[in-house]
Amino acid sequence: MTEAELAKFIYQEARLLDEKRFDQWYELFTEDAHYWVPLVPGQTDALTHNSLAYDDKLLLKLRIERLKQPTAYSQKPASRCLHVLQAPEMDKSDPARGEYVMRTPFLYTETKGDESQRYAATAWHTLVRSDQGLKIRLKRVDILNADAALPSIQLFL
Amino acid sequence: MNGRYRADARALGGLVENDRVHRDVYVDPEVFDLEMERLWSRTWIYVGHASQVPKAGDFITADIAANPVILVRHTDGKVRVLMNRCAHKGTKVVYDTAGNAGKTFRCPYHAWTYRTDGTLLNIPLKAGYEGTSLNAQGLTPVTHETYRGFVFARLQPGLGFRDYFGDSLSSIDNLADRSPEGELELVGGCLRYLHNCNWKMFVENLNDTMHPMIVHASSAGTAKKLWEGKPADMPKPMAIEQYAPFANDYKFFDDMGVRVYPHGHGFSGVNFSIHSSYSSIPEYEEAMKRTYGEERAKQILGTVRHNTVYYPSLTIKGAIQSIRVARPLAADKTMIESWTFRLKGAPDKLLERTMMYNRLINSPMSVVGHDDLHCYRSAQEGLAAEGNEWVSLHRDFKQTELGAGELTCNGTSEISMRNQFRAWREFMAP
Repeated sequence: MTEAELAKFIYQEARLLDEKRFDQWYELFTEDAHYWVPLVPGQTDALTHNSLAYDDKLLLKLRIERLKQPTAYSQKPASRCLHVLQAPEMDKSDPARGEYVMRTPFLYTETKGDESQRYAATAWHTLVRSDQGLKIRLKRVDILNADAALPSIQLFL
Repeated sequence: MNGRYRADARALGGLVENDRVHRDVYVDPEVFDLEMERLWSRTWIYVGHASQVPKAGDFITADIAANPVILVRHTDGKVRVLMNRCAHKGTKVVYDTAGNAGKTFRCPYHAWTYRTDGTLLNIPLKAGYEGTSLNAQGLTPVTHETYRGFVFARLQPGLGFRDYFGDSLSSIDNLADRSPEGELELVGGCLRYLHNCNWKMFVENLNDTMHPMIVHASSAGTAKKLWEGKPADMPKPMAIEQYAPFANDYKFFDDMGVRVYPHGHGFSGVNFSIHSSYSSIPEYEEAMKRTYGEERAKQILGTVRHNTVYYPSLTIKGAIQSIRVARPLAADKTMIESWTFRLKGAPDKLLERTMMYNRLINSPMSVVGHDDLHCYRSAQEGLAAEGNEWVSLHRDFKQTELGAGELTCNGTSEISMRNQFRAWREFMAP
């Protein structure tokens, strides 16, 4: 696959999040996928070190289903988000195995009522080619100040 | 700030009644300042864990009751708590959250240097002070006590450590005893979650057993639903084991039981807790039996308390080896630090379990935390409403609980909050 095709996938992924089409977003992930937001820069271990989030598909499903519940009190009013992406770059590729790692710096804004938060972050997508098209095996998001004291971050970076 | 409470002990003490408290305890900036000066300075506040500073010169920094302090291990092998303030102009002598100072702290401004026990070692061109009245102190030492690695400091004169905590220390014992080597190591970094609410809302909530099934319906309830209908022999994912009990019914939480001690401490989960039905880890249980023998190991692992509050700063969860520390910043601003322990001699599976719990429940990205914080913030705003200045703590109040000391009650009693406020009044308006 070309870098441009992979980049297009990442733009579309961000658009699904910004339009809150979470069920469709969920379908982009492989069955063994993880969505990982590490706590410290350069973190290598998700299991025996704290992270802000390290969701498998079950936990992603739970977040998405929860957002649909009328009892998700913290979503009154509902949050909105916008990703402003820098052009994604290919970081690693293994065309024989159909596996690619893309690096995408981005600015993320999440608002709720009168409140607004902004983060600078870098997304690392491990993408794999499958029979159902391109899928995400790992989306890692390094927030520039992940180790700062943070308020609630409620949607997906 | 001079308002209506500083010079009026009666008005301040009057904010706490037997079964209700006035809203000013949560919203009034003057009351907050007085809390820092009185409650948070006269009681034992958690600073850090000795395992964070294993070698001589290792230090961490913390803010307790608005005071910047250093926890450091001195060359004699013992830890010290020192004010992080150069005796010269007040500059902090270390700025990192953790590090190794070597043998001395050297102020970055004019290079006054101090030994790691805080004593002054050197001032450049010292002769310039000859004949002056400078009586240079070192870094001001803070009274501290270490209990099974937990380091607490008391800024002002007050009760002794044992007198203050009493038998509530049994929860720290249980946490440390859960290590097959009897020792804990704080690992994995710290989740720091900014709460735009008063610190007491967080601390009270930990043993508020009437909220989980309501507040966490959207998260725990959904977790339960996602797992419904799965084959009985399918191993339950750890995440479902951890989330689902938050949606248990009133009877479950009532039967859990709550115990309170003098000076505001207490825990729920006297009989069992939301952590009681986690899958067993046979390798760990074997290691525990080897250390303690079958009966004692069973006793340690059978003590599965929910949250223990070491009033006002530290809250611990022995059964999941994690702690949460309240660091108040303003009347409506609190930082909650969540830390995790490795049980020395235990398999990594336990570490994975505590890390998962910490990110599912205590992270700024936790869907459980989001709904809790929404309610605290909502109360912080709602309390501005005129027409009712009082917050109700009436549930299961009985006259006989007054002055009763240690007491065990049904789990949905609001006694732990009443008990905290009695301690609050004891220190705020003696």
